[in-house]
Amino acid sequence: MTVLSRREWLLSDRPASRRQARLGQVYRTWLGFRSNWLAMVGLAIVLTLILVAAFADVIAPYDPVVGGDLRTERFLPPFTDGHILGTDDLSRDIFSRIVHGSRLTLMVVVLVAVIATPIGLLVGTTAGYFGRWVDVTLMRITDIFLAFPRLILALAFVAALGPGIENAIIAIAITSWPPYARLARAETLTIRDSDFINAARLQGASSARILWGHITPLCLSSVIIRVTLDMAGIILTAAGLGFLGLGAQPPQPEWGAMIAAGRRFLIDQWWVATMPGIAIFIVSLGFNLLGDGLRDVLDPKARK
Amino acid sequence: MGALMLSVEALDVTFRRGDDTVRAVRGVSFDVAEGESFGIVGESGSGKSTVLRAICGLAPTSGGLIRLRDETLRTPRSAAFYREVQMVFQDPYASLHPRHTIDKVLSEPLAIHGFDRREERIEQALSDVGLGPDFRFRYPHQLSGGQRQRVAVARALILEPEMLLLDEPTSALDASIQAEVLNLLDRLRTERGLTYVMVSHDLAVVAHMCDRLVVMQHGLAVEELTREALAAHRATTDYTKKLLSASEGYTQAEAP
Repeated sequence: MTVLSRREWLLSDRPASRRQARLGQVYRTWLGFRSNWLAMVGLAIVLTLILVAAFADVIAPYDPVVGGDLRTERFLPPFTDGHILGTDDLSRDIFSRIVHGSRLTLMVVVLVAVIATPIGLLVGTTAGYFGRWVDVTLMRITDIFLAFPRLILALAFVAALGPGIENAIIAIAITSWPPYARLARAETLTIRDSDFINAARLQGASSARILWGHITPLCLSSVIIRVTLDMAGIILTAAGLGFLGLGAQPPQPEWGAMIAAGRRFLIDQWWVATMPGIAIFIVSLGFNLLGDGLRDVLDPKARK
Repeated sequence: MGALMLSVEALDVTFRRGDDTVRAVRGVSFDVAEGESFGIVGESGSGKSTVLRAICGLAPTSGGLIRLRDETLRTPRSAAFYREVQMVFQDPYASLHPRHTIDKVLSEPLAIHGFDRREERIEQALSDVGLGPDFRFRYPHQLSGGQRQRVAVARALILEPEMLLLDEPTSALDASIQAEVLNLLDRLRTERGLTYVMVSHDLAVVAHMCDRLVVMQHGLAVEELTREALAAHRATTDYTKKLLSASEGYTQAEAP
């Protein structure tokens, strides 16, 4: 099959199977996304993060935890032989630590998204669809969670369960679902009385079927956009917890914890804290650009 | 006139929002026989669509009785009710889920009610409304208004109901396609012996489609007429006469 005919097959007005229809829809979205070069930069950054995390063992030249010679290899500046980003106070190669730290960052981001998105969607669509006391109850619970300062709740949670990256993730997840619930509820309110939902009711569809099959797909795109845009904040919160010593524990190469460790030498050995800071900055920027691009193609209201 | 299919008795629908109450339907009664095509006519806000919505359970009834074949309908309606009564909505641009292919739209009711031979039924339903099989995997945004309304009709008919509630099925379509859809509905009714309850503000459409009709104004049933009486201008109330002459005036002004 040539490239052109595959493209025509995807863009066909008369798809012949479920698969072709779905792939065609995905391909159209991709075409819209591809024309936004900033979003492509974001996508490239996020893909790079994923690849680096997957192949950390191959990419990193040194062990991220065990350092070199403490007499001769401490605080080597960037671009010293073999240490492209320099070494820290325990003679560990900063580049290797950042590469391995990408795994922690990716784990935080993925787990928070996997935990918080379904909770937010479920609470929001249920509240919006059923209305009345269900709505009042669920949204007041949401308000309570929304009223907690995120970092403080995470602190309390970590203090109760003990420090560690897993507890930090749970703490971030339980504080980040309320905005998704609100968003999903608002979207649900706008579509719950529309004719296509009424039509589904008239076919005898159960509430669960309507919520899952009809309302959720329409809320999903705006929630995905919001989650992607929040990724930067999640990374920063995780880094903040690491910085405070409540997230990843030493010697784990978590970027926030690395900044905290480098803080003591900030004046004389600036690179120890700066390099992981740059990594956080680039990845956060990548997620923001990706989220913006996704909004342009997925949000039906923003579509030209 | 065949056996009694639907009977609406002193139907009241009241919408409340805070202290605001709107009595959208006030004591409307009518009977529809099996195989009959019954029209409800009135201007915007007369409560005619609300009557339809009350019949299928989408609007809350605050008084009166609705009977389907001598059985009083309960809220919420049973699954069996939806296999007997289906509705076609006014706006085909709003009544199809924007992210569902036609295939999904048609297969969902079959899945809900556990029908067999789904592939066949879907293809049959599409060809019944004059759409070819190559429409099956399209999304609604790839269809025109008339094609969408055909899909909506196919969706209503795929459960093989005996009665269709038609809520101004052609008013969102342009004139040439209106006739197409009306003829389709007419043909399907004769082929399958369906009972129609059709709401419209257009007397010409109702006169074409319906055997009998009721005229509504401000939530009240003003007058019941047969098609013959309508054609002969034998309206007894002032409002119906006004409505009739308004539709005449319109056609005369239209003619060159």
